[in-house]
Amino acid sequence: MAQITMTQALNLAIDEAMADDPGVFCLGEDVSAKQGGGVFKVTSGLTEKYGEHRIRATPISETAIIGAAVGAALAGQRPIAEIMLMNFVGVCMDQIVNHAAKLRFMSGGQTPCPIVIRTTTGVGVGFGGQHSDMLEAWFAHVAGIHVVTPSNPADARGLMRASIDANDPVIFIENILCYGLKAEDPGPGYRVPLGKAAIAREGTDISIITYGRTVLDALAVADDLAKEGISVEVVDLRTIAPYDEATVLASVRKTGRALTLHEAVRPFGTGAELAANIQEKCWDDLKGPVRRIGGTFSAVPFASHLEQAWIPTKPQIVEQIKAAMGKL
Amino acid sequence: MAQIDRDTLLDIYTRTMKVNRTDEKFRELLMGGKVAVMYYCVRGQELVSAAAMAALEKEDYVVCTYRGQGEQTAKGIPMEKWWGECLGKATGTCKGKGGTMHITDPETGIMVTTGVVGSGLPIANGLAMASQNNGDGRVTLVSFGDGAANIGGFHEAMNMAQLYKLPVIFLCQNNRYGEHTAYADHTDSPNIASRAAGYGMPGVTVDGNDVHQIYPAVKEAVDRARRGEGPTLVEAMCYRMMGHFFGADFSYMPPEHIAEMKAEDPLPKLRKVMLEHQFTEEELDAIVADINAQIDAAVEHALAAPLPDTDEIYKDVLEETA
Repeated sequence: MAQITMTQALNLAIDEAMADDPGVFCLGEDVSAKQGGGVFKVTSGLTEKYGEHRIRATPISETAIIGAAVGAALAGQRPIAEIMLMNFVGVCMDQIVNHAAKLRFMSGGQTPCPIVIRTTTGVGVGFGGQHSDMLEAWFAHVAGIHVVTPSNPADARGLMRASIDANDPVIFIENILCYGLKAEDPGPGYRVPLGKAAIAREGTDISIITYGRTVLDALAVADDLAKEGISVEVVDLRTIAPYDEATVLASVRKTGRALTLHEAVRPFGTGAELAANIQEKCWDDLKGPVRRIGGTFSAVPFASHLEQAWIPTKPQIVEQIKAAMGKL
Repeated sequence: MAQIDRDTLLDIYTRTMKVNRTDEKFRELLMGGKVAVMYYCVRGQELVSAAAMAALEKEDYVVCTYRGQGEQTAKGIPMEKWWGECLGKATGTCKGKGGTMHITDPETGIMVTTGVVGSGLPIANGLAMASQNNGDGRVTLVSFGDGAANIGGFHEAMNMAQLYKLPVIFLCQNNRYGEHTAYADHTDSPNIASRAAGYGMPGVTVDGNDVHQIYPAVKEAVDRARRGEGPTLVEAMCYRMMGHFFGADFSYMPPEHIAEMKAEDPLPKLRKVMLEHQFTEEELDAIVADINAQIDAAVEHALAAPLPDTDEIYKDVLEETA
């Protein structure tokens, strides 16, 4: 099988969904061929195939973009709306939270809202405070939305396809630093079901529960610690909300230790919910408190060395694991 | 002045009185303590809603606001379902989970009733975009107030609709108050319709209390949209003859404003037009009596209807998958 990047994986999933269903269309800033197929090229080549009605370049109007996606979804279509960078969701939260997420419930099930909101973000590229945040917890706190993020190209293809199939809104978070990752193409029609975590690496001493780019850090740390005789299990949530509780709890019951890890700031982050739930449900199996790692509780800084100090690092992960193991 | 044929006039009159009698009944129930829910009175705006809905086809889409009773009942939501929802009953359009501010009834084209001022316009664009994409020939009408014209979504939606020539009708019911704030205290431009020019879109201001102005204006906008010529902003000047919501103090309305709105009350004006078109008092009274009977039966049905099961709080959150 061919190797593909995450960008290609996303493009392939969208392409095949558009080929299969005329109701699937993309809208967002700069997404069409005239602007180069999206700022990160995810919709590259699709305008030529499907025309400008199905790859709609929009004005810089996030509220109008998501509103249009909501309306089109109510009329039976499956829009894929791009919010160029995740921080810009601040402009259209009303449409996402009050409308997309709630219309199925408030209508008594009459108007489901099947939209995929693609957005990208990531710390480590020097974009500063308003272009870098991971804001998944904002959406995980709202009933009626799936929050999804892939950590590798195969999952990107499978999760995107499943997100387009889903009959509810999906916030699909792409990490800028992951677009260039390469892996084997899982092939046409590949789907990764929403709400299913993956055991990215099996281990017996501690479970790291993470998602997105930090899965790569967790796997690297697991490799290093294996040399010291510490066996780390890495759980890649893939769907952050509603998450695969069964897989998370089974992993922690097996290892007896848990560490949550995300790029988003630590206070009130998804790690807090995971930790609380694990402690409620796995108390008797735990050998110590659930540990949490997240970004620093400040705006993402610009200067490269500040950014690297801000973000969770591999040494921090190692330190937390060793502390949990009583090996510090 | 465009002539409106008798059948259309009769249709508009019937819809207008349905809106009005529903409003009166709601206030009667609230005042009598029979029900205690949020209700946004539409007294004074009945004709705007009725004429606009009469200009649409049954399958056309409508997006309205918490003050949407006029659009909802005039578009034809079955009364039992409408009252069921407003009273929070299992028999309501949304199983009692939406309520007065969130009535949805896709069968009659009421796709969204939003409780957030101005949020309906961007969604209306999407409904219209779907129609443009799949060529189903529908148009979408979104109703909102003068207050909504000052929120960002209004401007984003107007620009996008014109850019794509979407089949949308933006109906601004300028009732001279944004919540409790008078028009002059929230907007300095003389009207809302002139904003359309800023987006390259046609915009008209009409007297919403005059059937010969409001109906042709909306009809022309609907026809334009259906011909693929794009959106229109129709501003219907009208009066909100009550407070922002039922029970709200509206003593802030100056006496001259109250005198003006009483003089412009659309109901006696419409009745006069009907009589001029050789409808008899008896015919018109019979229509109202019939509507009253339907409403009474629907209210009785809703009052006796079961409450939603408490398990409903867990349902319709996400699609239930096996």
